[in-house]
Amino acid sequence: MITRLFGFKGGVKPESHKNESSGPPIQKGPIPKRLVIPLRQSIRSTARCLVQPGQKVLKGEHIGEGEGGLGTSVHASTSGTVVEIAPYPMAHASGMETLSVVIEPDGEDRWIDHTPLDLRAVSREEALAWLRGCGIVGMGGAGFPTHVKIGGGQGIETLVINGAECEPWITCDDRLMRERAAEVLSGAMILRELIGAKQVLVGIEDNKPEAIAAMQAAASKLGDGIAVVPVPTLYPAGGEKQLIRVLTSVEIPQGKLGTDFGVQCFNVGTAHAVHRAICFGEPLVSRVVTLTGNVARPGNYEVLLGTQVAELLQLAGPKADTDRYIMGGPMMGTELQSLSVPVTKGTNCVISASPALFPPPPPELPCIRCGACARACPAELQPFELYWFSRAKNFGKAQEYHLFDCIECGCCAFVCPSRIPLVDYYRFAKGEIWARERERQASDQARERFEFRNYRQEREKEEKAAKLAAKAAETRAKLADTGEPAPAPAEAEDPKKALIAAALARAKQQQAAVAPRNTEDLSADVQAEIADIDARREKLNQQDADKAP
Amino acid sequence: MINSPYIRKPASVQGVMLAVLIALVPAIVVYASQIAAVVLVNLTIATIAALAGEALVLKLRGRPLAPALSDLSAVVTAWLLALCFPPILPWWATALGVLIAIVAVKHLYGGLGQNPFNPAMVAYCAMIVAFPALMSQWPAAGQLDFATQLGLVLGGARELDAIASATALDTIKTGLRTAGATVESIMGQSENFGLVSGRGWEWLAPAYALGGMYLLARGIITWHMPAAFLGALAAISAAFWLVDPAHYASPLFHLASGGAMLGAFFIVTDPVSGATTPRGKLIFAACIALVAYIIRSFGAFPEGVAFAVLLLNICVPLIDMNTQPRVFGHRGDKAR
Ligand code: SF4
Ligand code: SF4
Repeated sequence: MITRLFGFKGGVKPESHKNESSGPPIQKGPIPKRLVIPLRQSIRSTARCLVQPGQKVLKGEHIGEGEGGLGTSVHASTSGTVVEIAPYPMAHASGMETLSVVIEPDGEDRWIDHTPLDLRAVSREEALAWLRGCGIVGMGGAGFPTHVKIGGGQGIETLVINGAECEPWITCDDRLMRERAAEVLSGAMILRELIGAKQVLVGIEDNKPEAIAAMQAAASKLGDGIAVVPVPTLYPAGGEKQLIRVLTSVEIPQGKLGTDFGVQCFNVGTAHAVHRAICFGEPLVSRVVTLTGNVARPGNYEVLLGTQVAELLQLAGPKADTDRYIMGGPMMGTELQSLSVPVTKGTNCVISASPALFPPPPPELPCIRCGACARACPAELQPFELYWFSRAKNFGKAQEYHLFDCIECGCCAFVCPSRIPLVDYYRFAKGEIWARERERQASDQARERFEFRNYRQEREKEEKAAKLAAKAAETRAKLADTGEPAPAPAEAEDPKKALIAAALARAKQQQAAVAPRNTEDLSADVQAEIADIDARREKLNQQDADKAP
Repeated sequence: MINSPYIRKPASVQGVMLAVLIALVPAIVVYASQIAAVVLVNLTIATIAALAGEALVLKLRGRPLAPALSDLSAVVTAWLLALCFPPILPWWATALGVLIAIVAVKHLYGGLGQNPFNPAMVAYCAMIVAFPALMSQWPAAGQLDFATQLGLVLGGARELDAIASATALDTIKTGLRTAGATVESIMGQSENFGLVSGRGWEWLAPAYALGGMYLLARGIITWHMPAAFLGALAAISAAFWLVDPAHYASPLFHLASGGAMLGAFFIVTDPVSGATTPRGKLIFAACIALVAYIIRSFGAFPEGVAFAVLLLNICVPLIDMNTQPRVFGHRGDKAR
């Protein structure tokens, strides 16, 4: 299969720092003393707890039932005893707490019975339900339920497997591809079957030659229809939309899904988990996490979900001058507020940061409109304009300049010679816009209700008057030709209904008319992000309120 | 708390400005060796005036001195002005020009990054209007020895007629007013002309272009503005020249004269006051070339780039607003 590569505009080339952690093979992390498994697996859904304190569980046992369309199952990551069900901080910038199941492992790591699923024997729906039951979600970070993403699989031409791993420092996907290429590709073939794609393209940044070689070797055994394609090393080549662009030339606008354009994209880790789930019936209970940065033993560790970061870090041995920890990569990751947060399905990396490795940026200078940010922006935005409008709180303009197309990749802030923390301004503006949006919607609803009540009262008055008039006319008519009672205006019901319908339609129209541009059709990711921001703000407000005397 | 990204490219405003200063070096070398060594003195005077002016305003505005003084932006303005001014301009006029640029234009609009007009060009135009005689005294290359040059700069008797010789652009423009004169006859008569333009001065053009290449290579400027500016200037002058070569100078002459090259790579490209979108840059720079040509050929001033830049600075918001590039994934629906 010959593939032509396409470019995306912008992008930056930060120092990769991959060598630090990519050398040693994946090591199995020990069973920690305690596992904290959040029931809230993503911002979108919280699982219903199925266990009670004191209950014994086995590895892979169902402990949370996914609820709603976006829910997936939650499992015990090892055998042991449930000791507590209580709110614990989750891995999130806000340090938000969420209901979690705390398990004390018994050290035996005993599995529940599990059997593979014969894809040929089941329907597509059953296979998707199986993945949902195994708790498979996107492992690239967003954590979007895989069965949902597969779900819309109609008219998909190309399945893209994302092995680009463009963030500096992170190497978990690299190691996974080097060591478990066949398994990753097996998962890819299952995904291909489930979404009905014709071809599979695996995109890997060309700074990972070993991973490319391993994957190509594995792919050659699978025959046609699958190609491992080295893509130029350029952050953010691993952004889903950027990778799709590079491999297929398709540009997916913000708010749209790949399915609409005949492409669907999954992370290599996800493909691997799909393989385990189908070929072994294993629920997703562990993942590979890169521990790197200012540590004695950087590397990749396969750890149980629910392992707390503090315990995880012991594996790598952070050095004494570590001053903070970054979860995720240095371009898009977040600083951890607490080391008690657990590893979740989206945790790919924890970086120990020291002032030497990650010096604080020098003070911010005014924007000189040099345009470096615009040249670096993969979304082809004008970051300095967005910055200006966000700063001036001119949110309408910011939206007009496509604020919500910003993927917060950080390229603009990375290159800015004035060292303006540009992304912070966008986060602020997005949060503000969303908050206002909510307020407006609430007040719209209130107003509608109010208007409708007024209208109803008026209508009732009119009806009463009409009835009285009718009655008067009737009486008059009766008096006029004694006998023959005129038919009562029973059809009054019908016009009434029509009036109500009209009012509702009007209200709906009004609501639709005031929706702002560029927040329509938000993708689930963006919505989740906004929910995040809301939660953060809520927390800040709370803090402020607490502080206020 | 610091948020992502946690890493930064080692780029700084200072670095950008330093690159611009470095890019000016070839032209300064040519200037000092071919035309008037006193330009080095002027550069020093301008630099001192710029830094002093900047420090003074920062002090008055209660702002910290160090970051703004060390970002080198004032020095860039100073050097550009010193290179635009006649080399034998008295020191106080150079200083005054620089102070106008820094104090009045840069800081009254709020300092670095805030000025809608190119500070150096505002100052240049102000000086031309205020001191038309002083601002039009240009020595022919190598005509005056260094002592004389220095004497003129540091003050002393000025015998205008003895030293002043009009620039190439000026000579052509005034010369053409004489009946029967053609571009060729004028250039043939005066020994102040070299191969294509003013003798000695014409060598500045390739030197500026060399510096411009450096800026392009470093990614400090993009190709859009120099290409559009020089392309448009060449195209317009070629059109007139082809129609009537006797009365319009050749495109080569225009490209090598006055502020064309300096303008193309160093002035039009000022990021703060210029257009920012790719298409906007093309329009902006091409329009400057058009206006500059009109002023050069038909206006009252010999050189038009400075006025043209200011005129187009006013149009920048309009240009930017109407040339917003397409956003990723939004085929055919441009941002407004
Ligand atoms: S990179 Fe920074 S200084 Fe340059 S235009 Fe963008 S925001 Fe302004
Ligand atoms: S953070 Fe947003 S504005 Fe900045 S480069 Fe990335 S997409 Fe563009």
